[in-house]
Amino acid sequence: MTTLTLFYIGLYYFAAIVLIGGVAYRIAEYSRTPAPLKIPTTPAPTTNSGVAMRMAREVVLFESLFKSNKWIWVFGWMFHVGLAMVLLRHVRYFQEPMWFVVEFVQPYGKYASFAMVAGLLGLWARRFLVDRVRYISTPSDHLMLALLIGIGASGMMMTFVSHTDIVALKGFALGLVTFDWQPLPNDGPLLVHLSLVALLMIIFPVSKLLHAPGIFFSPTRNQADNPRETRLIAPWAAAAERK
Amino acid sequence: MAGPEFEVPKLTEYTDVPKIKEGAMAHVKSFPAAEGSQTFLGYPWTLTEDWQERAINKMGDLLGKYRSLRVFMDACVHCGACTDKCHYFLGTADPKNMPVARQDLMRKVYRRYFTLPGKIAPWLVGAEDLTKETLDDWYSYYHQCSECRRCSVFCPYGIDTAEITMAGREILNTVGMGQKYSSEILTKVQKIGNNLGLPGPALEDTLLGLEEDIELDTGVPVKIPLDVKGAEILLITPSADFFSEPHVESLIGYAKVFHAAGASWTLSTHASEAGNFGLFNGNYEVMKTVAMRIRDAALELGVKRIIVGECGHAWRVAYSFWNTLTGIGYGGNDPFSIELQSQLDSRYPQPMHICEYTWDLIEKGTLKFDKSLNDDRVITFHDSCNVARGSRMGDEPGGQFTIPRNIIRAVANNFYDMAPETIGEATFCCGGGGGVLTDDLIEVRVKGALPRMNAFNNVVQNNGVNFLGLICAICKAQFTKVIPYYGFDRSMVGGVHQLVSTAIKLD
Repeated sequence: MTTLTLFYIGLYYFAAIVLIGGVAYRIAEYSRTPAPLKIPTTPAPTTNSGVAMRMAREVVLFESLFKSNKWIWVFGWMFHVGLAMVLLRHVRYFQEPMWFVVEFVQPYGKYASFAMVAGLLGLWARRFLVDRVRYISTPSDHLMLALLIGIGASGMMMTFVSHTDIVALKGFALGLVTFDWQPLPNDGPLLVHLSLVALLMIIFPVSKLLHAPGIFFSPTRNQADNPRETRLIAPWAAAAERK
Repeated sequence: MAGPEFEVPKLTEYTDVPKIKEGAMAHVKSFPAAEGSQTFLGYPWTLTEDWQERAINKMGDLLGKYRSLRVFMDACVHCGACTDKCHYFLGTADPKNMPVARQDLMRKVYRRYFTLPGKIAPWLVGAEDLTKETLDDWYSYYHQCSECRRCSVFCPYGIDTAEITMAGREILNTVGMGQKYSSEILTKVQKIGNNLGLPGPALEDTLLGLEEDIELDTGVPVKIPLDVKGAEILLITPSADFFSEPHVESLIGYAKVFHAAGASWTLSTHASEAGNFGLFNGNYEVMKTVAMRIRDAALELGVKRIIVGECGHAWRVAYSFWNTLTGIGYGGNDPFSIELQSQLDSRYPQPMHICEYTWDLIEKGTLKFDKSLNDDRVITFHDSCNVARGSRMGDEPGGQFTIPRNIIRAVANNFYDMAPETIGEATFCCGGGGGVLTDDLIEVRVKGALPRMNAFNNVVQNNGVNFLGLICAICKAQFTKVIPYYGFDRSMVGGVHQLVSTAIKLD
């Protein structure tokens, strides 16, 4: 077992703990914080199943963004759908035998990476070309896009230009999840790819990537429009009422 | 009227997105609140010595109490979808009037004091210390937001800048930087019973005068009862309806509707105000105290139904928050709620909007109209922001758009909607909502009205529209003041129940 392998094993356990623990902490925090008033952006569904549909449209189709700005929607949706397919494709590194969906998505996932990176480039271009977006962009906004493009580009390098030892890589990945550690191929693009992914995992819980869990807790989207029929009262407000 | 000390924007066919002009509106400073009203509300009235600590503590307190604020601080990705959605940005080009930038005024402080990256690498994530300059920026730009929620429609995460503006104002109040207009109104409503500070005897006198006017005009003794115990319906309406023009025309309209329906109804001196500026300032307790007057009046008078007059933010508070704050509604299983629920008539929604009430009577055929009496009017309808995006009417989502229009079509022959991207859920605020309806913010109000004025101008030019139908006291006051700047006549502004009043047949 080389130092390199040991380093990446350590890195990935650390990154996984930070990602899972950090996001769980955030979700707990969001759940714990009450929404004391009914503030769905109306017109809103009047039932909980309607709310689930609204949330599904928001998460899958980016409904509000579609209403808002077609360019951001095109680039944003391309990126996210591309990323979803690429991620699904990557499940193969952690399964033996593979789930049929993962097997099915392999050829598409390969090319979805182009959509993903193209979407990211489009979003990045807006940060330079549109004066309003340029004004609001912080260094971290640019770095986040650079990081994601770096991940996409290094991955595509391995898929389309210089293949890595995929069998050994799968051994390494499976070893991580089964605690039966295997050596990692010493391959430039792969190491870059894995380092950037680990970095993304680590910063996830302290960055704007929290929009992913955040949307599900957004009171303007997850509340039903039924304030005349049901009485919402936050624990802190109820406590004050009893005084 | 003295000429404006600023340039009134030119009307254009479409509202173009301007190139940003940094600092274009940085000079705006609403008059600060004075000692009397701030002390009454329990806030300091000059900047406290420990302002920084107080502000951060208050922010922490609000982050723990409001999920909206907590999630909205984290979730923004700076995608830019909201940047061209705010009427104040479209009218002023000041980038800090872009919703995301307005949020970032607070977000940069949140990141500095409440997040790890902001603590260790503030420059990287746009985090900044809370300085006096930041507070001044908050004061300026949190009073250039009408909390209209248009941005929240278009945000992929539903981030509602109104929630952040409200929190910002509450923090400003906490450190002694209150705004005169809202502070005085919140004091008057609690001390006297309404935002205008109209005392009971004056109100009684006004209503008697109105009754005489109606009888002179129609020959029918339509009554406007006050403080009648045992009345079936309690009408809660903005106090502007009692004597402002054109508001009072709608009050006359409600009275005629009640008369034609043979309803037993009353106004209340104690609750002679539907408006609740507590909404605008992010203070739950103040909003609740103000709303409790309605519950108290309902219990005192023993009414069975509560109906709310034409007022946008008041309807949002009534529809969305009264059940929570005061138990006016259904579904509560605590003694506080049950006490009132057992008194109210459960066959009807509580509270009910006057438009829901009138439309229901129209559908039943109870009301009769001579539509031709409105034939001199060519009407359009402005969806008020708080009604459009913060409430509902009727049983179906979107009833807040169809019901007022249905009423207009039932009482008048000439109706044209403005462009679809400027009405319904995408409606543009009048520019005067959310606690900015004050002369010291006239520049903000005039410029913020630009998108609505452009859309209005189009139907004026293309369809001959000469009447802007409204269901909000603030919209009425704002447009009456602002449309002359754009070359329109203020008599074009009026209420939906003013139209009802014109056409209704009384026996």
